[in-house]
Amino acid sequence: MDHRPQAWGRPRDDVYGAYDASYMSTNNGPTQHTQQPIVTGTSVVAIKFKDGVVIAADNLASYGSLARFTDVKRLRKFAGTSVVGFGGDVSDMQYLDRHLTELSIDEAYKSDPGHSLNARNLHKYLSKLMYHRRSKFDPLWNSLLVAGLDDDQKPFLAATDLLGTTFTSPSLATGFGSVLAQPIMRRYAPDEESAAQLTQEKAVEVIKECMKVLFYRDARSMDKYSIAVITKDGVDLKEDEKLENQSWAFADRIKGYGTQTV
Amino acid sequence: MFRNNYDNDSVTFSPQGRIFQVEYAAEAVKQGSVVVGLTSKTHAVLVAIKRNAEELSSYQKKLFAVDEHVGLAIAGLTSDARVLSNFMKNQCLSQRLTYDRAMPVESLVQSIGDKAQINTQQYGKRPYGVGLLITGIDETGPHLFEFQPSGMTQEMVACAIGARSQMARTYLEKNAEHFPDCGRDELVKHGLRALKETLVQDKELTLENTSVGIVGLKEAGKKGLEYFKVHDGPEVKEWINSVADDAEAGGDAAEGEGMQVDE
Repeated sequence: MDHRPQAWGRPRDDVYGAYDASYMSTNNGPTQHTQQPIVTGTSVVAIKFKDGVVIAADNLASYGSLARFTDVKRLRKFAGTSVVGFGGDVSDMQYLDRHLTELSIDEAYKSDPGHSLNARNLHKYLSKLMYHRRSKFDPLWNSLLVAGLDDDQKPFLAATDLLGTTFTSPSLATGFGSVLAQPIMRRYAPDEESAAQLTQEKAVEVIKECMKVLFYRDARSMDKYSIAVITKDGVDLKEDEKLENQSWAFADRIKGYGTQTV
Repeated sequence: MFRNNYDNDSVTFSPQGRIFQVEYAAEAVKQGSVVVGLTSKTHAVLVAIKRNAEELSSYQKKLFAVDEHVGLAIAGLTSDARVLSNFMKNQCLSQRLTYDRAMPVESLVQSIGDKAQINTQQYGKRPYGVGLLITGIDETGPHLFEFQPSGMTQEMVACAIGARSQMARTYLEKNAEHFPDCGRDELVKHGLRALKETLVQDKELTLENTSVGIVGLKEAGKKGLEYFKVHDGPEVKEWINSVADDAEAGGDAAEGEGMQVDE
C-alpha cells in the first residue's frame, strides 16, 4: 500500500513502469485567452413591429472562409419569452447557451411563476457578463441581439458585443448585416413611431428581404436560416427556413474583381 | 447548581432537542417594541411603536426603506437589524445593477433567511437577535414576510411581532377577512388599531411614538407603484386621530366590524 496521495488511483509503477505524467505538465506554455474567433456565425438581423420583434440569423458556422457547419442554430429562446441571436465565435455561443440554460433553471427554481427575467433583464445581464469577460482580457467573441418584451409588455430589442457595449434601436443588425441589412430595415422603421406602425407580416417580409440581400452579398452566409417572431403570445421560432424567390440577375453586371479579365 | 449546560453555543442540542441560543434570540425579539404588518390586494403596510430610552432622548427608528419597493420593520436588537438591512440593501442594488430589475421580495427574504440560518449551525457564531417584518411589492403584488432569528421566514397576510404582540395578532386574526379589499388608509387604520391593542394601560399612540410605512400600487387608474415610504410625526396625525375616535365609541373586539359599516 502506497501511502502517498500522488500515487493513489494510478497504475502501480512496479507493475506498469513509471507513470507518464507529461499530459499534466504545465510547460505547454502560458494559458491563452481568446485572441480571435475561430468558427464563426455571421450576421443577426432584427426589427421591432407594433406587437413584438422579428429576429433572424442563418444556420451557417464558418471556419475561416470554409462553410464548415450548415446546421448551426444561432437563435436561442430564453424562458419562453425572449430570443437571443448570436453572431461571432460559435464555441463562445455554446458557452453562453449553456450559461443561459443554467440561469433560466436557477430563476425558475428560485421563486414562484411571474418572476422570470424579461428581455430587458436578460440584455442587462448579458452586457454585464460580456463586459466582465472583456475586463479579464478574455472576451466572449460574440455580438448578441436580445429580442423580446420589456416590463410594460412593449417590444424590446437591444445589442451587446464582446466589449460589453450596448445599443438599442427599432432595428438592429450585427456583423455584415449592419452595413447591408440596416439601411433596408431603416427604410421601414427609421424611428420608434414608424416601428410601432409596422404589422407583423410586413416586419417578417422585411427581415426575409434582408436575409436574401445578405446571402447575395455576404460570402460567409447561407440560404438556410432561422427566424423567430416574439409577441405577447410567446415565441414562434422556425429553425429550418429556406430563402425564396432568389434572383441572381444582378450578378452578371458585377465587374471589377473575380476571374473576369475584361 | 442547576446551570443549563446546553446553552453555551448555537451548535449544541439539549437532550430535549432544543437549541437554547436560538430560543434566547427569539426572546430578544419579544423584548422589542411591537410592530404590525398587514396586506391588502393593493398595499402592504407596516406600523410600529417607537421607544425612547429616556424622557429627553429621541425615539429609536423602527421602520426602514431597503429599496424603492421594499421596507422592513424591526423588533429586537437594532444593531443586528442594521446588519441585515444593509445586506438586503446590497442585494437589491446588485439586482438592479446586473438585471435592471426590482428584486423579487420572496428571494430577498429567502437570502436573509439563509444567512441567519447559517448562524445557528456554525460554532462561534450566534443567531441574530432580531425579528423582522418585511413588506414589498413586485410583479406578483404586495407581500408581507415574517423573519425570525432561527432563519425561519414565511409569507403572512398579517402579522405582529414584539412585546405584547399577541394582543395585536388576536385583533388581526379577528379582522383578517376584511384586509384583502381594504384601501390604503383603511389598511393603515386596521394596523393602528392592532397596535393600540398592545398598549399598556396609560400609554397611547402619539405623533412621536408612531411610525407608518406604506408600499403599494398607485391609486386606481394610475400606472406604477407607490414606493415604500416611512411616515413619522405630523404625517401620521390624521391616521392616529381617526382611530382615536372609534376607540372611545367601541373599545372591544366588535369595533373592527363596526368600522366597516362606517366606510
